[in-house]
Amino acid sequence: MELNDQAEALRGEHILQYPYRRATGPILGRFFTEIRDNGRLFGVKTAAGEVLCPPVDADPDSLEDLTVDDLVEVGPAGSVTSWTWLNEPRPGNPLQRPFAWALIKLDGADSSLLHAVDAGSESAMRTGMRVVPQFADERTGGIRDIACFVPEV
Amino acid sequence: MREVAVIAFGQTPNRRRELALNEAEMLAPVVAEMLKGVGLSRTDVDFTCSGSSDWIAGYSFSWVTAMDALGAWPPIIESHVEGEAAWALYEAWVKMLVHEELEVALVYGFGRQSMSSPREVMAMMNDPYLETPLWPDTISQAALQARALLDAELCTERDFAEIAARNLRHAESNPLAQLSGQPDPAELLEEPTIASPLRKHDCPPITDGACAILLAAGDRARALCKRPAWIRGLAHRIDVQALGRRDLTRSQSARLAAEAAGAIGGKVDIAELHAPFTPQDWILQRELEIPESTVINPSGGIHQGNPMMGTGLVRFGEVAVRIINGEADRGVAHGTQGPCLQQNIVGVLEGE
Amino acid sequence: MSESQKPVTNISTPVAMHYNYSIGAGMSTFMRAIKEGKLLGVRCPDTGKVYVPPRLTSVETASPMSELVELSDKGVVYTYCIVNIRFYDQVLEIPYAYAYIVLDGADSAIMHLVQECPIEEMRPGMRVQAVWKDSSEWTESMENIQYFKPTGEPDMPIETIMDEIRRKSHA
Repeated sequence: MELNDQAEALRGEHILQYPYRRATGPILGRFFTEIRDNGRLFGVKTAAGEVLCPPVDADPDSLEDLTVDDLVEVGPAGSVTSWTWLNEPRPGNPLQRPFAWALIKLDGADSSLLHAVDAGSESAMRTGMRVVPQFADERTGGIRDIACFVPEV
Repeated sequence: MREVAVIAFGQTPNRRRELALNEAEMLAPVVAEMLKGVGLSRTDVDFTCSGSSDWIAGYSFSWVTAMDALGAWPPIIESHVEGEAAWALYEAWVKMLVHEELEVALVYGFGRQSMSSPREVMAMMNDPYLETPLWPDTISQAALQARALLDAELCTERDFAEIAARNLRHAESNPLAQLSGQPDPAELLEEPTIASPLRKHDCPPITDGACAILLAAGDRARALCKRPAWIRGLAHRIDVQALGRRDLTRSQSARLAAEAAGAIGGKVDIAELHAPFTPQDWILQRELEIPESTVINPSGGIHQGNPMMGTGLVRFGEVAVRIINGEADRGVAHGTQGPCLQQNIVGVLEGE
Repeated sequence: MSESQKPVTNISTPVAMHYNYSIGAGMSTFMRAIKEGKLLGVRCPDTGKVYVPPRLTSVETASPMSELVELSDKGVVYTYCIVNIRFYDQVLEIPYAYAYIVLDGADSAIMHLVQECPIEEMRPGMRVQAVWKDSSEWTESMENIQYFKPTGEPDMPIETIMDEIRRKSHA
């Protein structure tokens, strides 16, 4: 036997797994609570008057903490500001059939949220189209309480 | 400002899978050859800095195993960037500007993406509350940026294919390139999309590789290298992470970094742009105001290989060697990390 | 308020990344040898130090290494720890001892369990011997050795061993 005399090194399968439970803070906490309990979506209003959804914890300009009093309701419908059609979903994706990723500007918001659109086919997707959220049957708190968005009818 | 130059660069051949060697084993011959090429031994290195990612390697402190490639005895002054090695270059440069006793620095990067699923691993760079739980893969995210360019009528899919074709053509003269060729952009467009509008040629290859650069200061650089590639400027900036809060047709951080580095205006013989996806190459050309006459990605760019966490450092190396060997006088190098050109580093290299 | 109506204050965001990890040439050589019941180290051409598991380049001098050395499965405890905390999926009884063991012929340590030794008798310098699984069960794994156990031989002065290893260091 010699050192490094094989064309291939040995391989082993392993999974790097972490349970991760993340504290949300008051703003994301309220954001997720409203989705879970009431199916309502909220953005946060900054000092400059912009409404950011998903909300952030600090004002982007002054870096001052924002509070739950700065939250304003948005949506539930919104417009697609960009999208891509994924023919082959990946593990862990919101949908396990072909779907679109989209940036969605909810009505009343000035920024967009990333999520999946269950449009059925690529030809149904276009920038500017209107979509509405479809909530998960079981909501436990988190962005996946929104199962996906669907075209507004 | 103290003068610091790139005096040498080395890299492994870019391959889809490194079957036999681990990170340290890949890196060791690159470092050894590079030092030998300038007549230095490892004990001549005053400072070492590397860039790599534990998520790509699949275990924590993965960068420590690379120390075998250096012979860290007696103990060395060393640092690490959990990320792109181009930022390790930045750290080494800054340290050399401040500490006169550091005359020679070694910077290296490496990654073996083939062992995992890069499309998912990179989702760890997204917002952990709002984006990562959906597992948006890197190609889909870049596709959102591509779509924004198409919607704004700034680009066509043909433009993206032509960027790929240009990279592949340049890679033909690069013996270490993973991909190369002379494809007809029209034929490239006939391929199916992976995440529309992106096709395989628009995306980076999966590569296992390692690379290294040697820096030296002032007269030491002149003594070690006939024509050092002087770092005239180097700067990095970062955009907000969330895709929904950015104008995806732009990369403001790339522009700001380029301005701060002095990369805009002036002669640019060559530019190496770290654009993992072809639409990003278009954006960078615009943000960095790359002149029409500049040869972009003479190495083949991303298509020559994507030894992730080293890819940006390779861009600096490729500009440097062409200055060192006299092919070019002044060049711009760029590195990036984070989704959709979130964080960017730009440098200007010049020969005397 | 029912449990599900308490406001959200934290969210579960599990991560599971799959790797098909390639261990590289040095470790592959070690693992292929342990499948045959052999423990291999490699000698540094500059210092004469023997590293286990083998690596392609010297830890201290970065010189390429190629001289493989077969090591004894007996050695000496260099240092150890006593584990009193149970972790998820654990099969071992607590407390148990985990040690750095310098195998005879080596200048670096391997890590393994030490059993068949009362916890209070664990000490640096204690001579130990590998207890292997039945050879029919051997694979490319350190687990071919179940644990190390005391041999009962007189202790080795660990300082003397470390002085010898340090003497070989390249400066």
